[in-house]
Amino acid sequence: MKRIPLLQISDLEKRFTVNEKWMSQWSLNKGRSYKRQNTVYALNGITLTLHRGETLCIVGETGCGKSTLARAIMGLTKPDAGEIHYGDQRIDNLNDRQRLIFRRRMQMVFQNPYASLNPRMTIYQTLSEPIRFHNPHLTRTEVDDKVSQLINSVGIAPSWVDRYPHEFSGGQRQRISIARALSVEPELIVADEPLAALDVSVQAQVLNLMMDKQEEYDLTYLFITHDLAVVEHFSNRVAVMYLGAMCELSPTKTLFDSPKHPYTQALLSAIPRLDNNTQKPIKLIGEVPTPYDAITGCPFHARCPFAQERCIAETPAMKRQADGSSVACHAVEEDRL
Amino acid sequence: MDLLDVRNLNVNFQLKREDLAALIDINFSLKHGERIAFVGESGAGKSILGFSIVNLISRPGYIKSGSIKLNGNELSHLSNRQMRHIRGKRIAMIFQDPMMTLNPVLTVGEQMVEAIRSHTDLRKKEAKNLAIAKLAQVQIASPENRFNQYPHELSGGMRQRVIIAIALLLKPDIIIADEPTTALDVTIQAEILELLKHICDDNNVALILISHDLGVVSRVAERTIVMYAGRIVEQGPTLEIINDPQHPYTQGLLNALPQMSLPGHRLNQIEGAMPSLNDRPKGCAFHTRCPYVMDKCKQKQPDSLYNGVSHVACFMVEDMMKEISDESYDFDEGDGPDNGAYLLSISQQKGDV
Repeated sequence: MKRIPLLQISDLEKRFTVNEKWMSQWSLNKGRSYKRQNTVYALNGITLTLHRGETLCIVGETGCGKSTLARAIMGLTKPDAGEIHYGDQRIDNLNDRQRLIFRRRMQMVFQNPYASLNPRMTIYQTLSEPIRFHNPHLTRTEVDDKVSQLINSVGIAPSWVDRYPHEFSGGQRQRISIARALSVEPELIVADEPLAALDVSVQAQVLNLMMDKQEEYDLTYLFITHDLAVVEHFSNRVAVMYLGAMCELSPTKTLFDSPKHPYTQALLSAIPRLDNNTQKPIKLIGEVPTPYDAITGCPFHARCPFAQERCIAETPAMKRQADGSSVACHAVEEDRL
Repeated sequence: MDLLDVRNLNVNFQLKREDLAALIDINFSLKHGERIAFVGESGAGKSILGFSIVNLISRPGYIKSGSIKLNGNELSHLSNRQMRHIRGKRIAMIFQDPMMTLNPVLTVGEQMVEAIRSHTDLRKKEAKNLAIAKLAQVQIASPENRFNQYPHELSGGMRQRVIIAIALLLKPDIIIADEPTTALDVTIQAEILELLKHICDDNNVALILISHDLGVVSRVAERTIVMYAGRIVEQGPTLEIINDPQHPYTQGLLNALPQMSLPGHRLNQIEGAMPSLNDRPKGCAFHTRCPYVMDKCKQKQPDSLYNGVSHVACFMVEDMMKEISDESYDFDEGDGPDNGAYLLSISQQKGDV
């Protein structure tokens, strides 16, 4: 049976203008004034399908556009081109009022639990607000019951709901953020580096909680991270992004067993592992450039050890491989890796 | 003689009503050119330990007792003025966030020249040449141009390289690196770690790495010190600690890593959280979270004992050692919790799936 895609993204593009103020666009050179507007090309044609009940991880270095993608899906930034479909309805061009029903079906967990909880609201207020907003018919006791059941299910005592966020540790706060996301019973949770601010042991607690909740509510996760060990453990499929473009999309096991794109190979070799420290990381020259100009050719060509003229001239398309992965690379296509 | 020798170090925080112990009975030493690591969760006291070596703990914190000896000279009693000759020159520090450490209103060059001139009597020109040479040594391309740039013009990895260059300027004996790669991406992290390792080898500099990431530690450090609630719970060679951890806390930390469980299964979390300074439990501080807790663990603190490979402070390990020596077994055949075999079985299972 073919699964119905929950979310379909096609050719999504997003550009940011750096100097928005009219005055700051002018510069003086040799007595003449010039007007110039800098643009950052954050997303360049992302196509992605998310199935119900799966966990898709998006990995990539800082500045590759993974957070922008998450925010575009949630409707927090408006994409410049491309479409996002949720189920069978297009959602990227909705206004706030039309989007309300989708806000309930998709929720987001943010990176920094110290910044994403309102410090002036108690945990009860934080959790009950979305419940009351989306279920106006509930009575006060019903809301109370729901809040205490929710907070209990993420491993925090219901008697603590009248406390403020600063009274909790980082791991507890991240669990509260998850409880808040779960409070409206969503289908999709977009998590933007939810583990980055946490210690290893606390990371394990939060990850376990997320897996339990997935089983309980049949949740779909779009999980953004740069920690590949977490990816290997947690996800069904992995999307690797570089400079606003997708370079590889594979089932997790395939990706870790046989990474195809040169960037994926370098990324995997850079994980500090406990067991095999004999393997030398593949060195990449330079760092991720900021995409100030529209990219011609393969976005990775400047750092790629296998780059040829074709890579500079022509943008590679995602090609499906025999083992179920999709790779955008001329070198893989021509079989010269 | 050891380069750095820390004995019975106690660091406290004097608050209005109470005197809280942040570090208790810390003992360790560091040889010339050796690379060691402090590991533990946040709040374990690893950064405080790093800071107290260079006497950078400010009030209300103070060194209560104990000695810190650099080449046989006591550091803990030095005045601020005397300490200034040690900091930067003999012991250099690298901090977590490179943007916070560099002065944003001075160029990279100005900051480097300032550091050189305040410790030596080199002339400006000579100092500049030295600075550019060090920038080249940390593999910064076109160091002459970088010398005149401001920190905000550099990327995160580049900034951390500049910091390492600054740390190297005065040929220190020790570099203390407090989570040097936490703010960086994996690929950049791998480069910086590799660089740190080479720099230390080439210049015979000892390194103290403070990190919570055991993967990072295993890549760089020769010896590892595991800390919990202000005490050292285990110290020994990194490979031994990773392959055969003795203390239940070290085992818990290692088992919590995602690669230690089968994909898609629950991770082995350590229940609970580290106690805060003002409600440290009686006895062994880890007993509230320990799966092997015994009655005596709740009563008194276990001593740190040497088992032939590493130093461990745990009653369970102590009992096991007693048992083994009573029955006059060979130490090598002791059947402690064997993580090496566990790792192996996991990797085999992964292969089968």
